[in-house]
Amino acid sequence: MYQMISDDNPYETPMMIFPASHYTMGGIWVDYELQTSVKGLFAIGECNFSDHGANRLGASALMQGLADGYFVLPYTMQNYLSDQIKVARSTFDTSHPEFDKAEADVRARIQRLMDIKGTKSPDEIHKRLGHVMWNLVGMGRTLQGLVKAIDEIEEVRKEFYNDLRVVGKADDLNTELEKALRLEDFLVIARMMAIDALNRNESCGAHFREEYQTADGEAARRDDQYMYVSCWKYTGDNVKPILIKEPLNYEAIKVQTRNYKS
Amino acid sequence: MEHNISVNLKIWRQRGPKEKGQFVNYKLDNVSTGSSFLEMLDMLNQQLVERGEEPVVFDSDCREGICGMCSLYINGHPHGPVQGITTCQLHMRKFNDGDTITIEPWRSAAFPVIRDLMVDRNAFDKIQQAGGYVSFNCGGAPDANATPISKEVADTAMDSATCIGCGACVAACKNGSAMLFVSAKVSQFALLPQGQVERKRRARAMVRKMDELGFGNCTNTGACAAECPKNIPLSNIARLNREFINAKCSE
Repeated sequence: MYQMISDDNPYETPMMIFPASHYTMGGIWVDYELQTSVKGLFAIGECNFSDHGANRLGASALMQGLADGYFVLPYTMQNYLSDQIKVARSTFDTSHPEFDKAEADVRARIQRLMDIKGTKSPDEIHKRLGHVMWNLVGMGRTLQGLVKAIDEIEEVRKEFYNDLRVVGKADDLNTELEKALRLEDFLVIARMMAIDALNRNESCGAHFREEYQTADGEAARRDDQYMYVSCWKYTGDNVKPILIKEPLNYEAIKVQTRNYKS
Repeated sequence: MEHNISVNLKIWRQRGPKEKGQFVNYKLDNVSTGSSFLEMLDMLNQQLVERGEEPVVFDSDCREGICGMCSLYINGHPHGPVQGITTCQLHMRKFNDGDTITIEPWRSAAFPVIRDLMVDRNAFDKIQQAGGYVSFNCGGAPDANATPISKEVADTAMDSATCIGCGACVAACKNGSAMLFVSAKVSQFALLPQGQVERKRRARAMVRKMDELGFGNCTNTGACAAECPKNIPLSNIARLNREFINAKCSE
């Protein structure tokens, strides 16, 4: 596989390797039945936050997809559906005002992006956002870096809304528009990730704040202050999300620090 | 070593399933031989967008050869001229400066073109939904060694399960047959204990769905196996035929 990608035979030339973050911890908040804060909407697999801790290992995603899909959802979704059986089928149609509003909102959102008519493609702006996240909200994070990241994300956001160019039409199969819509969401998520990393003044799992490390350069947790899951409540694209702390209470196990050295 | 080359691209452009398509020529300079084939297309699209033209639509997702989203008929071969890889794993170092590269979508009646190089492969999902799963509750994990499975059988089932459902087999086949895909999906379960309960029903249902969706018949040409990015062997088709006949005879 290495040879296929790099065209070097690793038996003959040393492999070129470097550390990289390949996964982002966390995801959509769900309850123990994997239901999101939107009633009736379930989130399973990698997109939810539920099964991994502050870090995860290879194949955790596969485990989560299988566990959620095979063992959890078939049982928990029934709890929700059992109440729904009382709702008359005849009320399931698109004449509700909520449907009209949802459709109008999506159309307005698309039109807004089409009307910017700037000079930068979604890919160009996406790459700029990616560099900010890679450099400042990546494997090693610092207080100054995160403050800077939030400012830079705001600049990318301004560039997006002032200089985006979506070629093609809105009512057509348009991959550029699809990229632009995704990128609009990434901007919200990127900002939230930076705010979250800034809030957590400790190193824990995949979150490594350079200020908080042991003499050996290992992650230094601060359990007295951060024994909680940070849940960020969305209140609007331009508004700071609200932190809801879910305390971590371990009854059966003693909280320790993983040690690879002894 | 990496260096830059110029390539002439001959790309199939088609606005929609019912519209007439045509080849359009593009010249692309400064393509690094270290870049992947899809990165080269990204580069072309960036230039098209800068000129205010619509980019070439193509499918891709993981770009590491495991998701089955990328397609493309490159110089007459599904997933390009290199054996055993998907298009996203193809690198520009396999091409020379000044080469003309012809890029077409999968061409098969069962895979209509959506736009340019993107085709509708829902037919595969429908075949899978007809029986490509194990639907009964098999209870808790059994004790280790309670059901011995030989290494040979486990390996063959695993090899069949490596099919990513990209559709290269259908695109490569002169008859547009989906037999290699269906046989891989049937084999991975037919070989293992958990697949036994629904074994006959699965073979019948998946073959019936395949026939219904307009895929052609198999004439044992073997182009599918030769072009398969996961090297799924033709022996799967022999197994499917056996499974199907067995299932039909016991109806």
